[in-house]
Amino acid sequence: MTPITDKQLESAIADMLRFGVVLAAIVVFVGGGMYLHHPSIAQPDYSHFHATAAPLRTVAGVLRGVLHLDAKSVIQLGILILIATPVARVVFCIIGFSRQRDGLYIGVSVAVLIILTYSLFRGGR
Amino acid sequence: MNILEFTSLLFGMSILAGLLGALTGLGGGVVIVPALVLLFKVDIRYAIGASLVSVIATSSGAAVAYVREGLSNIRIGMFLEVATTAGALLGAYLTTKVSGHWIAIVFGIVLLYSAYASFTKEPEGLSTFRPNLLATRLKLNGSYTDSIAQGRYYAQNMPLGFGIMFGAGTLSGLLGIGSGAVKVLAMDHAMKLPFKVSTTTSNFMIGVTAAASAGIYLFRGYIDPGIAMPVMLGVLVGSLVGARILVRSRVTSLKVLFSLVIVALGVEMIYSGLRGRI
Repeated sequence: MTPITDKQLESAIADMLRFGVVLAAIVVFVGGGMYLHHPSIAQPDYSHFHATAAPLRTVAGVLRGVLHLDAKSVIQLGILILIATPVARVVFCIIGFSRQRDGLYIGVSVAVLIILTYSLFRGGR
Repeated sequence: MNILEFTSLLFGMSILAGLLGALTGLGGGVVIVPALVLLFKVDIRYAIGASLVSVIATSSGAAVAYVREGLSNIRIGMFLEVATTAGALLGAYLTTKVSGHWIAIVFGIVLLYSAYASFTKEPEGLSTFRPNLLATRLKLNGSYTDSIAQGRYYAQNMPLGFGIMFGAGTLSGLLGIGSGAVKVLAMDHAMKLPFKVSTTTSNFMIGVTAAASAGIYLFRGYIDPGIAMPVMLGVLVGSLVGARILVRSRVTSLKVLFSLVIVALGVEMIYSGLRGRI
């Protein structure tokens, strides 16, 4: 593999970020349309906090909901795609720094990825 | 109110917040949270959940433009993200321990500081600093070109910058905002990086920092689809329109007006927090 320049790495990152945000926005928009399909439902009470329903709080629960075409799950899937976008950016940097054989920054990026993974998979507990 | 009315009102307000955030350079989050809490009477935890989602969307959207300009420094950004993401974990953890009143008061103080910071001048050019041993070891340097200066820069005071970044991450996780103003403080004042490098690298880091606390928010049930959907889409539209306006005209008078709005929101957040109404 040929080593890539910082410039090429940066433009690959820009393309990836744009893709992630656009995809997330489309999914949230579609979910929003489904959510407003019965527009006359009363607005839920948000003035007191009582956490969203349990299936909307895990990746597995959201995916199950999407299979049943549940509107809130589709919106939540879009939000998960959005959260995954910066994480994918860090993975991109790890690949880029590997191709530049920059050991120090492979290590730094892996450290950031570990913190992110910890928050995504262990943070709720 | 039915969900269609509620969603439409939130969507409209979020467009305004995105516009305001883009024009002041503060980001949509600083307006969304007070607006949801004070106008829509939404619990502050739902508000910071929805705000954080919009922060990831706008920072990733804006990063595309900044990366093209070539002024953001991925190595400095990645290095400091170790501090901001660790801070964000602490901040998100604190939201479960600290009462809503205190979150509101801290939020108000950050709003007042951000309004003040948005008026610091944006110097062009390069301060000359000698290569510093730690910065060279960690490759925290870069080359810089703008209309008046060209040369290399080296990060100074790394430990202090790293510490402030940890604080910026904590605020981001606690308040559901990008805390760009604090990130710029660390890079511009402590690390003496050129101003444009600070602002663009800061924006670049905001998405990753927010993602670290967003996972925790989601699992704790702070991110409600009924609120997050109109807020994310609205802020995204507003900030895209705002960025276009910024390119076409200089908007000093608008900026003064908007900063006054932010000061008013900050005072109201502190007052409501102290009175125990949030």
